[in-house]
Amino acid sequence: MNLTVNGKPASIAEENPVPVSQLLELLRVEQREYVTVELNGDILDRGDFDGATVKDGDNVEFLYFMGGGR
Amino acid sequence: MVEIPKEILAAVISHAQSGFPLEVCGILGGNGKVVASHHPMTNTDASNDHFMMDPKEQFAVVKALRASGEEMLVIYHSHPESPARPSQEDIRLALTPNVHHLIVSLEARDKPVAKVFRINGGVVEPVEIVVA
Repeated sequence: MNLTVNGKPASIAEENPVPVSQLLELLRVEQREYVTVELNGDILDRGDFDGATVKDGDNVEFLYFMGGGR
Repeated sequence: MVEIPKEILAAVISHAQSGFPLEVCGILGGNGKVVASHHPMTNTDASNDHFMMDPKEQFAVVKALRASGEEMLVIYHSHPESPARPSQEDIRLALTPNVHHLIVSLEARDKPVAKVFRINGGVVEPVEIVVA
């Protein structure tokens, strides 16, 4: 399927919808526990990464947490 | 080396001072090694010794940078009462690839210190700031 990932075209070797958690694996996103995902403009709860699915034509954005401390 | 316009560096320091005693945070955009834009962000921790950016603001800024042909070059935050060097938590949470980390220390309130670092895989390297 063809997607837009972080503003750029991306293709993955899956025709059927895949869970967001699987998409992050397919995209080889490291340290996925620190990633925030936006799917078609909606920020997902972390608990929805297995339930929310990505289908052909979807727009996915992901970012790492940006934080720190003394 | 990272080049920061003096007006933007002054605005970052001013942000840190106005937010004192809390930590402040933000993003600098630009291209290559040259900073061109300043995006103050909300510290959702509202803490004196921690910061966490709001994901909604993060997505908005990244999209705005992309739309204007810029990239996220620098993530900055302040250390209200500690030196301008990455803490262990700063190092652990330096997850975004290919960015610089700017820290403004207000340990000496009347003499703010700004330093820039690259942090990759737990390794911290100082980066020269060229004020343009």
